[in-house]
Amino acid sequence: MAEATVAPPRRTTGTRAWLRDNGVYAAIVVLLVYDLAFTENFATLANLDTQLVQVAPILIVALGMALVIGTEGVDLSVGSVMAIAAAILPLYLGYGIAAAIGLALVAGALCGLLNGTLVAVVGIQPIVATLALLVGGRGLALVFANGQLKDIRNADLLRLGSGTLLGLPLVVWIAAALAVLVWLLVRYTTFGRQLVAVGGNRSASMLAGLPVRRVLMLTYVASGVLAAIAGVVATARLTASDPSAIGSLYELAAITAVVVGGTPLSGGRVRVLGTVAGALLMQLITATLIKHDLPDSTAQIVQAAIIVVAVYLQRTKAGGR
Amino acid sequence: MEAVLTATAIGKRFPGVVALSDVDIELLAGEVHALVGENGAGKSTLIKVLTGVYAPDGGTLTYRDRAVHFGRPQDAQAAGISTVYQEVNLVPLQSVASNLFLGREPRTRFGLVDFREMHRRARELLGSYGIDVEVTRPLRTLGMGVQQMVAVARAADTGADTKARVVILDEPTSSLEPREVGTLFGIVERLKADGVAVLYVSHRLDELYRICDRVTVLRDGRLVHNGPMAELPRLRLVAMMLGRDLEEVRRDGATRFDGERTAADAPPVLDAIGLTAKHRLDGVDVTVRPGEIVGLGGLLGAGRSETAMAIAGALPLDSGMVMVAGKRLRTGSVGAAMRAGVVLLPEDRKADGILPELSVRENIVLAALPRLSAAGVVSRRRQDAIVATFMRRLRIKAASPDQRVGELSGGNQQKVLLARLLCTRPKVLLLDEPTRGIDVGAKAEVQALVDELAAEGLGVVLISSEFDEVVEGSDAIVVLREGRVVANLAGAEVTEPALLAALAEEGE
Repeated sequence: MAEATVAPPRRTTGTRAWLRDNGVYAAIVVLLVYDLAFTENFATLANLDTQLVQVAPILIVALGMALVIGTEGVDLSVGSVMAIAAAILPLYLGYGIAAAIGLALVAGALCGLLNGTLVAVVGIQPIVATLALLVGGRGLALVFANGQLKDIRNADLLRLGSGTLLGLPLVVWIAAALAVLVWLLVRYTTFGRQLVAVGGNRSASMLAGLPVRRVLMLTYVASGVLAAIAGVVATARLTASDPSAIGSLYELAAITAVVVGGTPLSGGRVRVLGTVAGALLMQLITATLIKHDLPDSTAQIVQAAIIVVAVYLQRTKAGGR
Repeated sequence: MEAVLTATAIGKRFPGVVALSDVDIELLAGEVHALVGENGAGKSTLIKVLTGVYAPDGGTLTYRDRAVHFGRPQDAQAAGISTVYQEVNLVPLQSVASNLFLGREPRTRFGLVDFREMHRRARELLGSYGIDVEVTRPLRTLGMGVQQMVAVARAADTGADTKARVVILDEPTSSLEPREVGTLFGIVERLKADGVAVLYVSHRLDELYRICDRVTVLRDGRLVHNGPMAELPRLRLVAMMLGRDLEEVRRDGATRFDGERTAADAPPVLDAIGLTAKHRLDGVDVTVRPGEIVGLGGLLGAGRSETAMAIAGALPLDSGMVMVAGKRLRTGSVGAAMRAGVVLLPEDRKADGILPELSVRENIVLAALPRLSAAGVVSRRRQDAIVATFMRRLRIKAASPDQRVGELSGGNQQKVLLARLLCTRPKVLLLDEPTRGIDVGAKAEVQALVDELAAEGLGVVLISSEFDEVVEGSDAIVVLREGRVVANLAGAEVTEPALLAALAEEGE
């Protein structure tokens, strides 16, 4: 049977495509303009600082989530990994801040390795594989911490949480640096390019000789380490290690940031800048509504609507082809 | 014998493709009717028309002396036309009995499933076919063969009120052991004795001649032959499936050969020995010398793609080894094969080849990324250089290296994939259907390119469902049937008549 030569499919054009690729940036601009004009006490340095500091840990987690979603996976365990990192931190602060943070990050890497093994080697679906650690991880964190909240008194760690550099909080610098790092990773490294390829077409990547398993493993390790960093940052901000609450529901906030930022859940694409914008947008919406004396629940409803719109824009892309 | 199901002048077109054109088929009560044809012949489409999956664009269906229109597959099934597909479509976790009565379980008077009655009837049904199996066991704990038989038994018994009149078996033996094939044939004989019309789709000529009474041959969506099975010589059957005229082949065949291209004494660049994978390959040997193009011959399902995949490390082997330039290759690893210089152009360009969302550049360098990187960072300069080289050499028509591959024509996508392979500096190219689905101009270009690469000293393994492409393009042909090598044609033997004869040869 002669297969008909198919005309080359057109790239989706028009308003929808523009909204899909740039909608999140446009929404931020619109909201900022509105806030500057109509929201009292918005354009104060203190307020901007607060917003950025609040969004920092979510953003750090979302960066890892974007990588995982780029491989057509998802990492539900990030919130619990944050808790594990937070629980480990005070146990080793006696050996100095570097050792304590180092160990917390190693714990994050091990969590990622576990997830990666379950997904890449055992072949369990990512949502189920990481669900195990979502449930078990927090339990483990509480075991490490003996079920207790511990106040942080280490001066170095406290400085990490409240210090500033060139007028911006250290925490914000860390998040920004990590965003740049992940952006470079995706764009310029062998690993980054292979990650996108594996997410785009797993079987083609396999047949092209790519180390598919290793790429998947490393992706989950990266997500685990980033989640651990977020756990350290959140602990330093909070001036307490609270493994029962820290990072709770962060997995959902991170997925939201990634999706709103235009990274398709079907994999094959990682939008790092979009993820940053997605996290900022969600924060901005909450902040704006609260400043206008609307309850948090209203913010949740608005956020839900934005998620639906973002997913719809992705969907038309897939359906149009 | 009376006709149970008659299809007359059936036509079916899909956008851009005529799948069936003016096809007739008549199934008689108590016969086993073979339906044969190569890829794209229209067998699946015809089955789907007969079973109500597709509505035909033209033609009529007559079932038990009445014109019928099956709007849905369920209608055909309710009328007594059952199908057993190649892949068993049962519920592996449920018991044998549940699978047999799925969707029509006997009920108690409270409306609950009557398990006792169901098990009794299941035992009775399977017993009548001579299948001895505990009906409460989950289906997946049984071998593929028994699963297949449960599927056939289920198809044959559509319920107490509607007896199956037509049973369609699509490649029923593809995953069976020889012993299980015997049992299956017993069931088929039994159906036949009950007056059921059996439509039997298979590529295994031995099986067809063993149990089929009549045969219908399709090619490119058209009916090319129907008549009694026993009166059709094997050679003619194969020639018809492949679309070759026997007389023409005999006349032209002798003149095709135009001299040997390669040094037969050069040490082989590829030596695959005894490749064996359960149900797929059984001791396949392939040897390729530098500069040689070795074609893999065989009908659909003979194990050609599997052989190529096994050599490329994409199909796990039970035994056998692959030597590349004298060194033994670790089998079952695409990465290892690629590092040793063996690369595969996959048969399904869309599913296993291109990354449509990524650019031409990224698609080309995909396999060579580690080589183009320093300390894990991809060098844009080296990447651009290699992409420019191959886009020029393969004449890839794209607006720029940044264009998405999904926007290119099929021929250019195929060239991008070839470029991806060539980037890795291979020694052996395994090409599975390199010209399928691309336009005539691009096809000639790809064929010329393959010749050129061979002339430069690459070893090439060529698979093509186009008969003349294999014969004209190859220096030697390894002929496969049911996962086994049945003939090796070399030099002057590489002719259409010789290949036809090898394909039609009787199995042991």
